[in-house]
Amino acid sequence: MKRKTKFSFPAKYLLMILSVLCVGTCILSFTNVPFAANLKDVTGYVLVPVQKGLNQVGLWFSNKADNLKELQSVMAENQELKEQLNQLMEENSNLAQEKTELKQLRELYHLDQTYEYPKIAAKVIGKDPGNWFRIFQIDKGSEDGIEVDMNVLSGNGLAGIVTSVSEHTATVRAIIDDSSIVGAQFSATSDICNVAGDLTLMNTGKIRVEDISKEAEIEDGYTLVTSTISSKYLPGILIGYVSDIKIDANNLTKSGYVTPVVDFERLQYVLVITQRKQQ
Amino acid sequence: MLRRIFTGFCIILFFLLQVTLFQHLSMASITPNLLLILTFEFGFIRGKKTGIWVGFFSGLLLDIYYGTGIGFYALIYMYIGFLNGYFHKLFYDEDITLPLLLLCGSNLSYGMIIYICRFLLYNRLDFFYYFPHVILAETIYTIVISLMVYRPILKMNRILEGLEKRSASKFG
Repeated sequence: MKRKTKFSFPAKYLLMILSVLCVGTCILSFTNVPFAANLKDVTGYVLVPVQKGLNQVGLWFSNKADNLKELQSVMAENQELKEQLNQLMEENSNLAQEKTELKQLRELYHLDQTYEYPKIAAKVIGKDPGNWFRIFQIDKGSEDGIEVDMNVLSGNGLAGIVTSVSEHTATVRAIIDDSSIVGAQFSATSDICNVAGDLTLMNTGKIRVEDISKEAEIEDGYTLVTSTISSKYLPGILIGYVSDIKIDANNLTKSGYVTPVVDFERLQYVLVITQRKQQ
Repeated sequence: MLRRIFTGFCIILFFLLQVTLFQHLSMASITPNLLLILTFEFGFIRGKKTGIWVGFFSGLLLDIYYGTGIGFYALIYMYIGFLNGYFHKLFYDEDITLPLLLLCGSNLSYGMIIYICRFLLYNRLDFFYYFPHVILAETIYTIVISLMVYRPILKMNRILEGLEKRSASKFG
């Protein structure tokens, strides 16, 4: 051991060399050299399977904690829900009839405006370890047909967008991330606006809505969907419900908050739309 | 050699725990910074060079998976490991105050760097929100976790030192 360390050079130089290397690669990764993806592929072979396993352990812990908390409230809720169920069964049969009627009418008027996209399901296997960003990793990659800029849903709401892809994993930026901006519009009035993630609102479970025209007549509870003029997000995907719309200090625009339909604290499975806005 | 395997194993284990298990154990959506504990501790108990290497590889892993540019986190972690290496002279097995102070300082400065580079420059000026809610909260949680992690790594280090001495005397 002693003989080996004879040629070692001072820590200062090591630091200097590695610093230059880091700065170099940092600059390189903003050009179009895809070596970040290659590094991901290589490390992914080892890390991804372990990550999946560890995630199960984590889920088990958080589920246990939630279970204890929720047991009591669930029992009371169960009773209530049973009563509701009876009511709803009746309503449901009525609605089923109306639905077939609606379908016929829609066909007559060619008004089928609900959007259907091809999707594939993926599992969330890791989240950004820091506390500044909301980025997560999913277990499907380029092999499964995922590409950068594909939209990601959870349930029926918009969760985020794919920012980078490797062979078997992809990185997704959530719409609540501080650097995320989504072009949106109100489904009722078609007024356009921007939905911008904000770290300061993270714990309130809301996102900021900006740049609504002053003339727009918006009320609390209006649904917000992705806009047709957004360059990366497909149109008509539900984002959430607005509240607290106020006129900005500049007296030209309004802004407020939107409560997303997706529960970002408990993301487990997501759907990736395999169609991109810009092909 | 054994030491390198142990160090590499620690980095990967801590990275995986941080992105999976501890994401579920987050409090008020704040998670502890395990890799920072590792970088600081190796720098502190082994010296500058180990600090540099551990910091470099910890940061690199973060960069590969969650960074925007390869090398950004690696650079920050590397310097944290290096600077903590300066306090290696003051390292004393039983002492717990100095390591906690150092870790506290490391985590606060880490938070400040991220804030300045990634938020302040993007016109997020509300420092008095970010400082208590993100930087300070993360530091406190990290210190609580480090109380559990610090001793085992120290012990492992002592065992490895013992093994190295034994094999050195065998050949010497």
